[in-house]
Amino acid sequence: MSASNLPDSAVLRGLTQRRLGRRDALRISGLSALGAALAACGVQGKAKPGAGASVAPDAVAKYWTGKAKVGHVDFANWPLYMDPKKPELKTFTKETGITVNYQEVIQEMGPWFAKVQPQLAAGQSIGFDLMVITNSIQFAQFRDSGFLAPLDHSKLTNFKENAAANYTKEAYDPGNVYSVPWASGMTGIAYDENKTKRPITKLADLWDPAFKGKIGMFSDTQELANFGLLKLGLNPDKSTSDDWDKAAKELKAQKPLVRKYYDQSYIDALGNGEVWITQAWSGDVFQKNLSDGTNFKFVIPEEGGTLWTDNMTIPITAKAPVDAITLIDFFYRKDIAASLANFINYVCPVPSAQAVMVADANKLTGKDKTAALEVANSKLVFPDDDVYSKLHYYVSFANVEDQQTFQKTFEPITLG
Amino acid sequence: MNRVKRQLAPYFLVLPGGLWLLLFFAIPMIAMLSLSLQQGDVVYGYRFTFHWQNYTDAITGYHDQLIRSLIYAGIGTMLLIALAFPVAYWIAFYGGRRKPTYLFLLLLPFFVSFVLRTISWRQILTDDGPVLHPLKQIGVLPDSYHLLGTPMAVIGGLVYNFLPFMVLPIYVALERIDPRVVEASRDLYASPALSFRKVILPLALPGVFAGVLMSFVPMASDYVNSEVLGSQSTTMIGQVIQHKYLQTSDYPTAAALSFILMAVLLVGIFAYARALGTEDVMKVAAR
Repeated sequence: MSASNLPDSAVLRGLTQRRLGRRDALRISGLSALGAALAACGVQGKAKPGAGASVAPDAVAKYWTGKAKVGHVDFANWPLYMDPKKPELKTFTKETGITVNYQEVIQEMGPWFAKVQPQLAAGQSIGFDLMVITNSIQFAQFRDSGFLAPLDHSKLTNFKENAAANYTKEAYDPGNVYSVPWASGMTGIAYDENKTKRPITKLADLWDPAFKGKIGMFSDTQELANFGLLKLGLNPDKSTSDDWDKAAKELKAQKPLVRKYYDQSYIDALGNGEVWITQAWSGDVFQKNLSDGTNFKFVIPEEGGTLWTDNMTIPITAKAPVDAITLIDFFYRKDIAASLANFINYVCPVPSAQAVMVADANKLTGKDKTAALEVANSKLVFPDDDVYSKLHYYVSFANVEDQQTFQKTFEPITLG
Repeated sequence: MNRVKRQLAPYFLVLPGGLWLLLFFAIPMIAMLSLSLQQGDVVYGYRFTFHWQNYTDAITGYHDQLIRSLIYAGIGTMLLIALAFPVAYWIAFYGGRRKPTYLFLLLLPFFVSFVLRTISWRQILTDDGPVLHPLKQIGVLPDSYHLLGTPMAVIGGLVYNFLPFMVLPIYVALERIDPRVVEASRDLYASPALSFRKVILPLALPGVFAGVLMSFVPMASDYVNSEVLGSQSTTMIGQVIQHKYLQTSDYPTAAALSFILMAVLLVGIFAYARALGTEDVMKVAAR
């Protein structure tokens, strides 16, 4: 047999050799890794079981040893939480030489936690040395994951001197181990009287069919649940899972009337007539009226409202914790607290700031004076016992299972 | 030695593509699959336990949103075909020298972020906005009438955002039709309508199929339009997944929902391809 009778060697090879098909390629890339990978890519939690709110006695010393001033702070806060001209920060930089990068990056607690959790879990910086977080489910998640730096109270002299007594023993962080309040606020009802045609006084008004399609509620499950519980005369702070079921039923009955479950955007919805009556945070309405010349009303319903607190905390991976804690304490100076409260109109944690505000207001004349006095004497900024008696705390959870049950009970309402 | 090299050659050739597939497709998919079978919570960690219940829980909890998404995407796709076909037809057959201009105009909105465009629709359609306010003033509409938050607004937004994805493939298919084929049908005494039905439409079908693929799948999993233009009664499955991932850090449920959505869409697309007989259509186009 001569060589010329043989087919070309390349063709032969093609006919006899096992070829690598697309399926094989997929199989090679996929299967070999599958077994090992499936089990390997778990999501690591950071908490040691039973860690809870307790803190090792030497944790503060351990964290703060060797930390020094850097000269710059990255500050994460919520929108509308400081005068856009930031006079307080300018004073701070002038007095201490520490520059501040102020960013309004937090819109809602759930997304904020979800966003920074992976970085914190990996021990990386989140780009901020100071963040303001609410006493919500996520506060506990931050705390229990060990993401918050224990505060060195020897560096918080103004806080010690000026903070209101009730802010030093809040249930979510007794003794201010990880946090000190930025401001508190109330959740109540905001409404446009031109549209509702009558004053709103009670939670039942949020269930009034006359406002069908014009009612706004919060998408935050805790905020939403609170109003369901309060409507039924139940105290959120002491509620049980049976109560949650009842409240969820009440809120489901309200659902056909609700236009939408909002985040911070509810205030715009009120502004453009999308809703006439809505769940609202106390300071927003005041600021909206001030900036847009609207005349919306805010009321704490007869059945009661809720009180929450936004807190300054230092993420454990912060690059400039010393500068951050200096800034925290700076906000507890009477004049600074007064200046801040004067703009944001949320509950001021420094009671003595009221006297400063009144004194400042008296220096003004005419309309400015009236406006300034109105803020200084506002019960939304410095609530009296009467107001406090109508306010309730958030639902608190004994354990993770409780919290998951709570989420599962109320989430279907906001998710259609 | 040489022999070994030759035998290994195909494996080396598949290496770049294989690596790419491994890094950006297989590994993420395996990670997701693993996630979807985990149990726990974000603080104490999720552990892999073959927790199939995530799937059953996801289906019982969110089948409404899943079905709603498919319905919205279905209606949206039909509206898209109805809107896009005439546009593509006109540009392909009557566009003349200005064809590139018309195509450019069609793509012009894409130079602005689609989230921004959707938000501007919100401004336009809002209750006391420029469209509804005058109508309410003259008493045509009741004071509480609203477009935002309704399925109409969401489907409208979807159709608006995905229109070019339907026009372009249909245009490409129509553009490729040899005018002589159409002329021939007319020479054989076909009426314009018959010629359209028997000649142009079959030749355009591959384009329609490509358009459906490019619009139905992303529309079914879209979460922006319903978030911006909708309300809780229009919640789509994409929003649920987004919420689970980025609001409650409930990764397993989100991953399980993603797999369910992917499976449903794959089955749907294959069924559609089978029913339409894409390969037959291709053959017709090639003839």
